[in-house]
Amino acid sequence: MNQYTERIREIAKTLLREGRVDVVIGFRKASLPYMAEPVAITREAEADQLIFDCNCRMNLANYVTERTDNIGIVAKGCDSRNLVNHIIENKIARDQLYVIGVPCTGMADKNMLLENAEGGITEITETDGQVTIKSEGEEKQVAKADILQANCRTCIRRNPVIYDELAGDEVAELELTDRFADVDEIDAMPPEEKSTFFDNLFAACTRCYACRNACPLCYCPTCFVDESRPQWVGKSVDPVDVKTYHFLRAFHDAGRCTDCGACEAACPMDIKMRYLTRKTIKTCVDRYGWEVGMNLEDRPPLDTYSPEDPDEFIR
Amino acid sequence: MKTIKIKKSEWAGAMDKARNTYRLAGPVKHQDYHVFRELEAAGIPDLEYGDLRISPKTVVMPQSEPMFTFNLDEHKEDHHVLHEVPFDDTPRAVVGIRPYDARAIQILKKNFDTDDYQDPYFLRRYNCCTFIGLADTDPSPTNFSLSCGTGPFDETDLDMLLVDTGDDYIGKVLTDKGEAFAAAAGFKETDAAEADATIAEMKTKAEAQITTGVEYDNIAAMDELTLHQAPFWEEIAFACINCGTCTFACPTCWCFDIQDEVEGKHGIRMRNWDTCMSEVYSRHASGHDPRGKPFQRTRNRFMHKLKYFLDKYNDGIMCVGCGRCISQCPVNIDIRTVCKTMNDYQPEN
Amino acid sequence: MTLPNPYQPYPVRIDNIKTETEDRLLKTFTFVFLNPDDEDKFNYQAGQFAELSIPGQGEIPIGIASSPTEKGFVKFTVFRTGKVTSFLHSMEAGDIMGIRGPLGNCYPWETLQGKNILIIGGGFAFTTLRSSIKMMLDPVNRDRFGNIDVVYGARNPGLLLYLDELKEWETRDDINMHITVDGTDDPDWPYHTGFVPKITEDVAPEADKDTYAIICGPPVMIKFTLPVLENLGYSHDNIIMSLENRMKCGVGMCGRCNIGKELVCKDGPVFTLAELNETPREY
Repeated sequence: MNQYTERIREIAKTLLREGRVDVVIGFRKASLPYMAEPVAITREAEADQLIFDCNCRMNLANYVTERTDNIGIVAKGCDSRNLVNHIIENKIARDQLYVIGVPCTGMADKNMLLENAEGGITEITETDGQVTIKSEGEEKQVAKADILQANCRTCIRRNPVIYDELAGDEVAELELTDRFADVDEIDAMPPEEKSTFFDNLFAACTRCYACRNACPLCYCPTCFVDESRPQWVGKSVDPVDVKTYHFLRAFHDAGRCTDCGACEAACPMDIKMRYLTRKTIKTCVDRYGWEVGMNLEDRPPLDTYSPEDPDEFIR
Repeated sequence: MKTIKIKKSEWAGAMDKARNTYRLAGPVKHQDYHVFRELEAAGIPDLEYGDLRISPKTVVMPQSEPMFTFNLDEHKEDHHVLHEVPFDDTPRAVVGIRPYDARAIQILKKNFDTDDYQDPYFLRRYNCCTFIGLADTDPSPTNFSLSCGTGPFDETDLDMLLVDTGDDYIGKVLTDKGEAFAAAAGFKETDAAEADATIAEMKTKAEAQITTGVEYDNIAAMDELTLHQAPFWEEIAFACINCGTCTFACPTCWCFDIQDEVEGKHGIRMRNWDTCMSEVYSRHASGHDPRGKPFQRTRNRFMHKLKYFLDKYNDGIMCVGCGRCISQCPVNIDIRTVCKTMNDYQPEN
Repeated sequence: MTLPNPYQPYPVRIDNIKTETEDRLLKTFTFVFLNPDDEDKFNYQAGQFAELSIPGQGEIPIGIASSPTEKGFVKFTVFRTGKVTSFLHSMEAGDIMGIRGPLGNCYPWETLQGKNILIIGGGFAFTTLRSSIKMMLDPVNRDRFGNIDVVYGARNPGLLLYLDELKEWETRDDINMHITVDGTDDPDWPYHTGFVPKITEDVAPEADKDTYAIICGPPVMIKFTLPVLENLGYSHDNIIMSLENRMKCGVGMCGRCNIGKELVCKDGPVFTLAELNETPREY
């Protein structure tokens, strides 16, 4: 992905030099070799900080909500769909954005990277679908496809949906055979097994809200968990309250989630909460033929009314 | 004080014996990592851990802890009066706590045990704890405990220090409480000179492995307001998503919230870990929020850890260098980088 | 070993509720301790606050409006603004709840012995100032202080707290009361009309080393009154303020009320302006 880094830097420098944007939001090298840090640069000289690699797991659309300035923004496929959704939901205007589109071949799963190094990781590089993981006295090469982050394995849109300029050539989209196999597996469980599955899934949750705060969709001025009049859900780690939080959040994201994986990447306890949102995505695909964020014209089905709506659930 | 040795193959048996006297708390495997908690009936502290994502703070300050119960039924006696939740003060053995996590508990105690007020919930737990430490023989790349006044083999705040030597654990008994635990667990004494030599060698090796650290001499010398008004905070805090990851991972963070929960006519008042990063942390009922912008909350956290605590207690920074916040932060806010930025700051006069 | 529990409130009964203001947003609650011993333990000084504790709802930090010279009860004037205050406003005389305290520091009464005191209050921030005035005017205490000047204002007469007491104090010759309203359509309004900063400018005594100002009010009032005091020569060490901040524990442990390294619940809520100048303005 080095070509992307070079191109993003060039584009950023031009945008800032020519005053076409007030800020460029992208990623910079982190203090840990298997992470990337979201950054906002305002001067051309800072553009050489920008990078793009398989550690750029955060969704940068999260950082433009309700900004009032002109923004150059680095966007991979899923991020660009969230930008579309943001525009439709009036969280940012299209003409404020200069989208630096990144055709993305996926993020490396952080834990799989760490598993492939005995000591601490010192460097991660990628060339032609091979990821090289360097640690103390050791160098290991793995195929990126083998350590892809879970959401990237079922990616439906690697190439940005909107962009003002691409930072690289478009890449081939994945040919998915059983996109929702993970959801189907749970759907097939008998109720008790399903219930136990979710109890175990959320057992380690600490209500840190990293999932919510990493999510570009979660921008409510006061989140339902913070309301006091009335109070909808308790704030402790009581298992019922924990599940209530996760289930309700998934419903609030229904029809809007792009499966960018930022939530799972952010979670400090490795909780796979995407099962919930992926269920809502599958429901929207099956019922409404809906994939969010694919173009600026279509409004999501859950905020549109049409007399032709099937509505069989209330018959 | 003696030195003991226990074969790893006999560890479970020893813990079963210790359980006759102590309730055990220790590391437990969950998925691919460990968490520290009070162990159920036959639980054995798992000392083969590297990534301990929830620190031993949970033993002295559980994430959710009931404080009082009350009934709201006006036909009952004592309605609307708060009753303390009873506490089982059976001695607890906190087994497998890292030396720097034990130091963190002392930092917490500064907050909860003051001349004016003593927090009974913290203290009743702390007072029945015996701390059986586990040296960190392979500190992670994000561990910088040596520059925080502690270290991977520091004995200061422990009753015993265990060291993993491969097939065995050898242990230095450091206090009477440690002695009592050794007896309860049936640990056998071993040759002190040989054990000391092994421990010293492993300590040197572990400490040499820590090549990262922080400096805060200039932070100490600088004026609080000057640091607070420094121009770098918005840039440092840009990536921060203001979740609670760092605060919950941190063994020295102590902020808590108090909540009443009611079911029918019966209720409890509980306290939960809280995070200064939350939007509602400082928000007044009127809606006024002195730290309404996210970067102000991020700034407040680092100022508290690296400056306010330093000034108030004159005993180092409010950080033991465990590195959990660094490895768990989703956006790589690194306290070492923040500390350096603060320490290197030269205000233009 | 049982440790004393600073989170355990004294059970109290609501003895009386008085609606203070015509907008009904402020009510004064008179509480009586269920256990008479608790009243002795609740040994407070003017300026301190307490956590009013309602099981099932939560707690609120409220300045103590009664004076330590008033025996048999404690009074708090509460503004209805959120979850717990709204619930409190819906409660009735006879209801049981709890009080934790006294909490925080008080006005610096040791320093203020023998001094002249200028009290400036606005709106519903007058509660601990009532406590202070009643305490100072008590025959046991009055000659321990010099001149007492008070400027207290609200938007209109219906929003003044403790109007009956204000009127009574206005007739006394051992205290100079300057009651003011921003505006009124009462042609017989006998007191001042004008904003608190302006009235302060007109009536306040010049500063000297023996005169201290205690000021409590909304941020906008403070913003315009401080320059008036500075022009009159008051040093920042002689200007005393009482802060509010979001609180939970009230005993300096939960962390949230900090301004810099000071905790408003424990190192405050009373600070001199000189002390506040050294802290970040996060209140």
